[in-house]
Amino acid sequence: MTISVNGVEAMLPSDPRVSLLDLLREQLGLSGTKKGCDQGACGACTVLVDGERILSCLALAVQYDGRSVTTIEGLGTAECPHPLQSAFIAHDGFQCGYCTPGQICSAMGMIEEVRRGTPSHVTSDITAEVIPFSRDEVRERMSGNLCRCGAHNGIVDAIATLLPEAAE
Amino acid sequence: MIPFTYARATDVADAVRRGGAEAARYLGGGTNLVDLMRETIERPDILVDVTGLSHAITERDDGGLLIGAATSNTALAEHRAVRTRYPALSRAIVAGASAQIRNMATVGGNLLQRTRCAYFYDEAGAHCNKRHPGDGCDAMDGFNRMHAILGASPSCVSVHPSDMCVALAMLDAQVHLEAPASTRRLPLTELHRLPGDRPDVETHLAPGELITAIELPAASLAVRSTYRKVRDRASYAFALVSVAAALEVEEGRVKEVRIALGGVAHKPWRAWTAEAALLGQPATEASFAAAAQAELAAARPLKDNGFKIELARRTMVAVLGELAGEAV
Ligand SMILES: Cc1cc2nc3c(=O)[nH]c(=O)nc-3n(C[C@H](O)[C@H](O)[C@H](O)COP(=O)(O)OP(=O)(O)OC[C@H]3O[C@@H](n4cnc5c(N)ncnc54)[C@H](O)[C@@H]3O)c2cc1C
Ligand code: SF4
Ligand code: FES
Ligand code: FES
Repeated sequence: MTISVNGVEAMLPSDPRVSLLDLLREQLGLSGTKKGCDQGACGACTVLVDGERILSCLALAVQYDGRSVTTIEGLGTAECPHPLQSAFIAHDGFQCGYCTPGQICSAMGMIEEVRRGTPSHVTSDITAEVIPFSRDEVRERMSGNLCRCGAHNGIVDAIATLLPEAAE
Repeated sequence: MIPFTYARATDVADAVRRGGAEAARYLGGGTNLVDLMRETIERPDILVDVTGLSHAITERDDGGLLIGAATSNTALAEHRAVRTRYPALSRAIVAGASAQIRNMATVGGNLLQRTRCAYFYDEAGAHCNKRHPGDGCDAMDGFNRMHAILGASPSCVSVHPSDMCVALAMLDAQVHLEAPASTRRLPLTELHRLPGDRPDVETHLAPGELITAIELPAASLAVRSTYRKVRDRASYAFALVSVAAALEVEEGRVKEVRIALGGVAHKPWRAWTAEAALLGQPATEASFAAAAQAELAAARPLKDNGFKIELARRTMVAVLGELAGEAV
């Protein structure tokens, strides 16, 4: 039973109670992914599994046998940041930074959802093949990621740089 | 969390064989069950992971749609056939939880998610008949703004939190069930129970019974359907009140109508009374208001939630008005 984390194979825990979040932070030493509430309410623990954003705090690690996980550590490094990480810096997308890894992983998953046409609560024509994009769409789609510092405007600005349609 | 063993079901037969054991529970995305296990409110000995079972969405010969119970909430909401033929269902799903949770959550798990009553969650500090039958209900005289106005009992006044189920109740969805010795289906409106004096028994499922799929009937009516959710903030909050409805108007009169309410009862609430009152009536605001009034005649407010009665009435009128506007 193994799981791939940022391209590296890791053993799954023998105790099925271990969450994916605790596996990442405590057993693999990847402390970029944060524990905010541990109950699915804040989004700080968001990671990508096979490209889809999920909450690692509500995920039992054993359920993800054979799957491929990407955390903030797998997206970019200090020397070579991901364009979205650079955009967060350029647009003041954070203050304390606690929610930031979750925000960035969540935004990566969100961009993919928009590309394949997943509707959101604010999509006016739910039958549309292509989602007309707006800042309201970004806000709604990112509502599962709370930021106690209130850096939301900067977060939306940073994400919008990767979605030129949303810039206006 | 108390210790448990974990097994991944390879097929339906394997799942029901394992799920039949005492204190075994099926595991979907875990977004509700794992949380409740961490609070030791749920204490299964065995988890049977059913996320590897069918997540196919297939067309039926009769024009309906069969949806495997392991389908993620996101996959269901974004499916073309659902968006174009059952828009209320897509809208209800994307009105619920967050994108991350919808990616994890399965259809089966969404159906059987448990109430968000804060006293139910407070294992250490509150009395709750749902957790411990006979212990009393702290919500009855406590903070009950989010609680039920319809179908409640002196034992329990909690509400079923699912948005998706409200749309499914309106759409006449059927739930496919499997147990070692039986295969059956149940209308979604008959899946959940009202609390009565056993609020701990939430559904009409037999112990160990597995949800394998839900089926949507072919319905031209559903094409003109929608879902509206009223909540305390614009996103990522449970419903105070929600309405799923479909309406067909012919020559100014209501030819067919389906309505279900969320956030008001221990189960998704099909508004049969309002539907019967509307049939054949002029598709006007006055008829919509009278029908809503008829449905809510049975509503009983608690200390903090009287506002829900008026909110449900207005939301029903607004949603029917929106659909009637589209129909002309
Ligand atoms: C912060 C937060 C906010 C939320 N907001 C909303 C909201 O606004 N609206 C809303 O509708 N929901 C909301 N939810 C709830 C969410 O929709 C549910 O948690 C989710 O749908 C449950 O699906 P799951 O697959 O994760 O179920 P699990 O947690 O895996 O299981 C839930 C229950 O279903 C049983 N089960 C699972 N699959 C089957 C099966 N095939 N057959 C029989 N039994 C089965 C399990 O044994 C368990 O009892 C929210 C959740 C969180 C954490
Ligand atoms: S309303 Fe129901 S769930 Fe809430 S405390 Fe009372 S018995 Fe428990
Ligand atoms: S830590 Fe997972 S959602 Fe808050
Ligand atoms: S930057 Fe501090 S919580 Fe978001």
